[in-house]
Amino acid sequence: MKTLVREFVKGIIKENPTFVLALGLCPTLAVSVSLSNGIGMGIAATFVLIGSNIIIALIKEMIPERIRIPCYIVVIATFVTITELTMKAYSPALDRALGIYVPLIVVNCIVLGRAEAFASKQSVLNSLFDGIGMGVGFTLALILISGIREFLGAGKLFGHVLIKGFEPAFVVGMPSGALLVIGLLLGFFNILKEKRQ
Amino acid sequence: MNDKLIVSTSPHLHKKEESVAKIMWLVALSLLPAGAAGVFIFGLSALWVIILGVVSAVITELILQVLTKNKITILDGSAVITGLLLAYNLPPKVPFWLPIIGSVFAIAIGKQVFGGLGQNIFNPALVGRVFLMASWPKYMTAFTQPLPAGVGLSYDAVTQATPLAILKETKILEQLSYWGLFLGKRGGCIGEVCILALLLGVIFLLAKGYISWHIPVSYIATVGIFTYIFGPKGLFSGDWLFHILSGGLILGAFFMATDYVTSPLTRKGHLVFGVGCGLLTAVIRLWGGYPEGVSYAILMMNAAAPLIDRYTRNRVYGTS
Repeated sequence: MKTLVREFVKGIIKENPTFVLALGLCPTLAVSVSLSNGIGMGIAATFVLIGSNIIIALIKEMIPERIRIPCYIVVIATFVTITELTMKAYSPALDRALGIYVPLIVVNCIVLGRAEAFASKQSVLNSLFDGIGMGVGFTLALILISGIREFLGAGKLFGHVLIKGFEPAFVVGMPSGALLVIGLLLGFFNILKEKRQ
Repeated sequence: MNDKLIVSTSPHLHKKEESVAKIMWLVALSLLPAGAAGVFIFGLSALWVIILGVVSAVITELILQVLTKNKITILDGSAVITGLLLAYNLPPKVPFWLPIIGSVFAIAIGKQVFGGLGQNIFNPALVGRVFLMASWPKYMTAFTQPLPAGVGLSYDAVTQATPLAILKETKILEQLSYWGLFLGKRGGCIGEVCILALLLGVIFLLAKGYISWHIPVSYIATVGIFTYIFGPKGLFSGDWLFHILSGGLILGAFFMATDYVTSPLTRKGHLVFGVGCGLLTAVIRLWGGYPEGVSYAILMMNAAAPLIDRYTRNRVYGTS
């Protein structure tokens, strides 16, 4: 039980996919323009992570080592297709906002990276909790980045203006601003990590 | 013998009695006429922009150096220069928080994050200006008319587009005399309009040898030649004098492109740097989306400076 909790917690801080492992930065940069987009992407990626981690852990003995990557992709693509069709049916606005980055979850480095580094070697239960932990960590990172970028770049949170008369800095909502925000946050977390040691 | 070999980044100094601080403060001094002219031409709001820009730059550097427990270098004058140059690149009637945020960004991200003076890749003032331009384009492109003669220092202002902006919009050159452009009787940024005042500072710097002619002359000449060749009415019909006297070219070529830290090391490199800046500025002005290209041109050439250094290295005698 303790191991399972440890697998879950490591995905949130010690091995946070965005700020420590630096995985999946491309969709993070593109999607973190607003909080609702960020949360939507986080939930979608978490679902795909959990599903693919479970299945790959279940069939890991059956996959020949030389063609393991295409096999992982098939599994991941299945879950991404489920996610995409569900999103198109129940929240088409979110699907339109995320655009091409929903199908691109297939090649999100977090999903493929955890499949290769963890699910293909560990038990189903460990892989499940690793998937949940990584997904939650990714979502929390997205919430932090999207919150900052939506507030500073558009003056809103969840689409609502917070402070009347606040002049947002448009560059924060642009790709260059994304790189700035993520870079500065990474530096900040590195400082925290150093202080703790 | 070994203790006489010092490896360091720019600024490099030869004369023993000069120090980085002394040079920086004299450069800041040479910038003052342009600022005074800007305040005289546009009114007292320009003075506030300059003061806020300089003070924010110095305070930001002080706070960051205290927080990171580094040596405090605010007295070397480089933060003051960054603040001045940033303020000179702003329109005269911007909200008070604009130069503050610009200076904070320029010092914190443009300079300190890289490791302080000598380590930055890009000109910090231009980094701040470009950040402000991308963030609040509405305020960064709202220019005012020069005050009518005899009004004296006041806060009044009437909006007016700059000559380059009018050129970009309507393709017609404003009917301004070259003499008017030279004196600064046009809309524009605080420190860029009065060429006369800028040149006063330039003459001082050139006489003392703090800047060399290579970058500014190659930069301005390239802009002139290019805009002459690719004129509006076919080849060789361009108004090159208008282009040289407009926008931030004189300010940029003499005071920002010549920054020791972000430009190449050798004279040959300076010429390449100047030509590169000139080409980019002219292309952006003539065919790009912005009316003025000086800041982007210099920043792009700042990025290319290490490459230029590699190819213009001084040959050691005896090696091939």
